[in-house]
Amino acid sequence: MTSEFGIKVEGVSHSYAGRQGAGTLALKETNLEIARNEFHALLGPSGCGKSTLLYLIGGFIPVQNGVIRTPAGEVHRPGPDRGIVFQNFALFPWKTVLENVIYGLKKQNRSKEECEERARHFIKMVQLGGFENHFPSQLSGGMQQRAAIARTLAVDPDILLMDEPFGALDAQTRRVMQEELRSIWRNSRKTVVFVTHDVHEAVFLADRISIMSARPGRIEHEIETGLGLDRDDSVIESKRFIELSEQIWRLVREQAISASRGEH
Amino acid sequence: MSLALRYLPVLIFFAAWEAITFSGLVSTRLLPGLGEIGGAFAGLVASGEFFTSAARSLSRSGMGLGVAVVLGIVIGLFMATNRLFQLLINPIVRIFYPMPKSALIPLVMIWFGLGDSSKIFLIFLGCLLPVIVSSYNGARGVNHVMLWSAASLGASRAEILREVILPAALPDILAGCRTALAFSFILMVSSEFIIAKDGLGYLISTMGDGGNYPAMFAVILAVAGIGFAADRLYAAFAASSLRWKESS
Repeated sequence: MTSEFGIKVEGVSHSYAGRQGAGTLALKETNLEIARNEFHALLGPSGCGKSTLLYLIGGFIPVQNGVIRTPAGEVHRPGPDRGIVFQNFALFPWKTVLENVIYGLKKQNRSKEECEERARHFIKMVQLGGFENHFPSQLSGGMQQRAAIARTLAVDPDILLMDEPFGALDAQTRRVMQEELRSIWRNSRKTVVFVTHDVHEAVFLADRISIMSARPGRIEHEIETGLGLDRDDSVIESKRFIELSEQIWRLVREQAISASRGEH
Repeated sequence: MSLALRYLPVLIFFAAWEAITFSGLVSTRLLPGLGEIGGAFAGLVASGEFFTSAARSLSRSGMGLGVAVVLGIVIGLFMATNRLFQLLINPIVRIFYPMPKSALIPLVMIWFGLGDSSKIFLIFLGCLLPVIVSSYNGARGVNHVMLWSAASLGASRAEILREVILPAALPDILAGCRTALAFSFILMVSSEFIIAKDGLGYLISTMGDGGNYPAMFAVILAVAGIGFAADRLYAAFAASSLRWKESS
């Protein structure tokens, strides 16, 4: 792993406006540095602000306090250097799979033929060959997520933001998708920020895991998984994987318990 | 269900109508038989009166409806995406929506006179509000996840409005336009009752005034038939525009 930076989050706080002016503090003075091409997981109990942090990096919600930097510069707004995959409902339902994937390509300086060729390549890569002309409503949840991933990867963002992308899938589909994502990442080398509340998912996928505290969120622990670059399904039976999952589970549980007691 | 079976109640309705006029329970002056009405209709068609009137009426409602649809979609989408515009326009829309537009007929007559413009303006006004409200609601209901995805794929604000918000709001917009289509017929006929020298509404009222009830009924049924056909045609158009909504 190189020491070049991929994303720098410096002293970022964020509060959501309340009805009576009293805002809810979702993130408190959060610092995080993610290396270029690192697969980083943000883990924490629900409501810990991990999605908020992801949306701030994406530029979807404005930074109120602090600074977020990427190699492309300071983050102010969304841009094609930072692709995002949501849990669901992100595909354009009136467009076919092919049209969805082409959408972002058309915004770049590419010829019509190149757009289509590139779109077809990424659709094949996520194993959706043959479904190019299907509408999202004709696909299963897992296939829809594959299409969403293809659409995001096709525009070749430096940074891939993932907001619980497999959270709505059944357990088997989820496992397959995790393995495939890891191998896609291995081949494409992108900086990935992956939000999840699933400990096993985080350990299996990530090089490094940030565990966030309950609201107001901040990063409490950063853990290197050290499971190696090439992993397949067998890694989950390794001693290291099991111990690490146990250790991280305990840390997350502490946060979840303090969240349910309303501490902090 | 087959078409014939689905519209069986309509056949029963007309059969009951025939039975009542045949039995002599109701004076045929008040409720003429269908044969008589058909004869009167043939007469109106032969004299060319029916088609000239229908052409006048449909061009008025088409103009009013067309302008209302275009302007209504633009206003509705801007309201959904521009907070200041929404604050300015929304209260006006909400107050005028439930007001019966036919109440404005006397006023519109003073403003625009007895020509086509008064009818077109009235139809436009009546159709505008349902289109604005449905476009606004549809655009506001678009999932932010879709908008954020478009932005991160490199779409500008204008592109997001045109390429994401508009198609995503289309089911609501099309439903609003269908309401507007029905309003356009109602306002067309009711305004022609009062301020017109031609058109289907005018034809109904002159036939009624002249005591030619079979002809009056003929035009009323013809208006109902045209309205029904327009609605079916529109529903087919809407369904083909929304093919993506069907799941396999």
